[in-house]
Amino acid sequence: MSQDSANPVTGTDRVKRGMAEMLKGGVIMDVVTPEQARIAEDAGACAVMALERVPADIRAEGGVSRMSDPDMIDEIVATVSIPVMAKVRIGHFVEAQILQSLGVDYIDESEVLTPADYANHIDKWQFTVPFVCGATNLGEALRRINEGAAMIRSKGEAGTGDVSNATTHMRKIRGEIAQLSALSPDELYVAAKEIQAPYDLVAEVAREGRLPVVLFTAGGIATPADAAMMMQLGADGVFVGSGIFKSGDPARRAHAVVQATTHYDNPDVLAKVSRGLGEAMVGINVDELPVDHRLAERGW
Amino acid sequence: MNVPTVGVLALQGAFREHLNIFDSLGVNTRGVRTSADLAGLDALAIPGGESTTMSRLAADLGVLEPVADVVRSGLPTLGTCAGMIMLADEVIDGRSDQQSFGGLQIAVRRNAFGRQSESFEAQVSMPVLGEPAFPGVFIRAPWVEQASESVEVWGQVERPEGSRIVAVRQGPVVATAFHPELADDDRVHRKFLSLI
Repeated sequence: MSQDSANPVTGTDRVKRGMAEMLKGGVIMDVVTPEQARIAEDAGACAVMALERVPADIRAEGGVSRMSDPDMIDEIVATVSIPVMAKVRIGHFVEAQILQSLGVDYIDESEVLTPADYANHIDKWQFTVPFVCGATNLGEALRRINEGAAMIRSKGEAGTGDVSNATTHMRKIRGEIAQLSALSPDELYVAAKEIQAPYDLVAEVAREGRLPVVLFTAGGIATPADAAMMMQLGADGVFVGSGIFKSGDPARRAHAVVQATTHYDNPDVLAKVSRGLGEAMVGINVDELPVDHRLAERGW
Repeated sequence: MNVPTVGVLALQGAFREHLNIFDSLGVNTRGVRTSADLAGLDALAIPGGESTTMSRLAADLGVLEPVADVVRSGLPTLGTCAGMIMLADEVIDGRSDQQSFGGLQIAVRRNAFGRQSESFEAQVSMPVLGEPAFPGVFIRAPWVEQASESVEVWGQVERPEGSRIVAVRQGPVVATAFHPELADDDRVHRKFLSLI
């Protein structure tokens, strides 16, 4: 950190990771129009994810899915005062350069879009804007952090409304952290090799008993109860994609999910906010999806 | 003297970091979500987070008025970043329907330093804490645009366009635009506790 206050330093680890700390206990909602962004902000979302199609539509329509049109991102940025995130394809560092130039607050290097590089993720240290990345297990999370991710979200299976994979991934990450914490220092070298993660990060996780960045959850969350369960499983906050704007009464459901995320450990409040929300998104059972249609398999 | 109890508003944001620091300073701590949680507190902290989200949750829970009341009645209160916005009597560039607790006679400008790409770390000159300067972590931070005469300026940061007020105190209420809960420096929290 600079000692000269006339020359502040931007893009430091602390401001990138700290930004995610400020989102904790909150809900980040996928929105495809300024009107949806307004509904999300009114409901108490702590940020919005601006994209052209929610994952359920990406799944239904197929084709190559890319970064959104800058015009559309600009409109959403102009509409709300909360932070705006946007997605880039895995490995597509030029899409990321464009989003940084547009002034988005966080970039999601996301498996929901079609990957642009099947070997490498983006070198996220090269950016002042922070990145969030998906992970299905601890090794994947630490590889992303090693590349500069300042926030991790468990992947789940986006666009399904089926929370089972989110549960699996969150339990997996938390379980692997607990296992590392139980190892003696001389066992951490092999552990690092086994989960294919850098030793220094593995040692840090073992010592602290937690990831060095905020851990949100995503993929298939459709109800207040889903959000609360993920919080009870140890998530710091929740991403909701198709679950809100593919449901019968988005404004009401959005507000209910926000309250459920705050009061995740209070069943009386959860019962109250779960009432009368109208139809939930119809959903797809992850089990019925062919393996090569599963988005969580993307990322390496 | 009895060990004081400090409440931290725990609706959304970085409340755990405040709780950890207060814990490390040897006071009792409590997360505050309902008006009942306010009973018997010796001090209150309002953390960083999203001020619109906190404002909405506070309204839903009916804690806007109860918190405003305890602040007005003289409970020592610390607000950081979004917490400063929630304590300000006037918010510039907020949502028109954004409700806050008030209690500090200042006008703050939301996201005044810019979006996340402009978030920064800088040394904040705070004579009240002595030397060295305080390591300020500014995340989509506000600044104090106007302050009434009864408000003491505790900290300023130098910017290309001139210095900006980023820490204030009025009576028992302290607010910072930056995040002392993210710095490895507990002097702001210790100074705040000395006001109890």
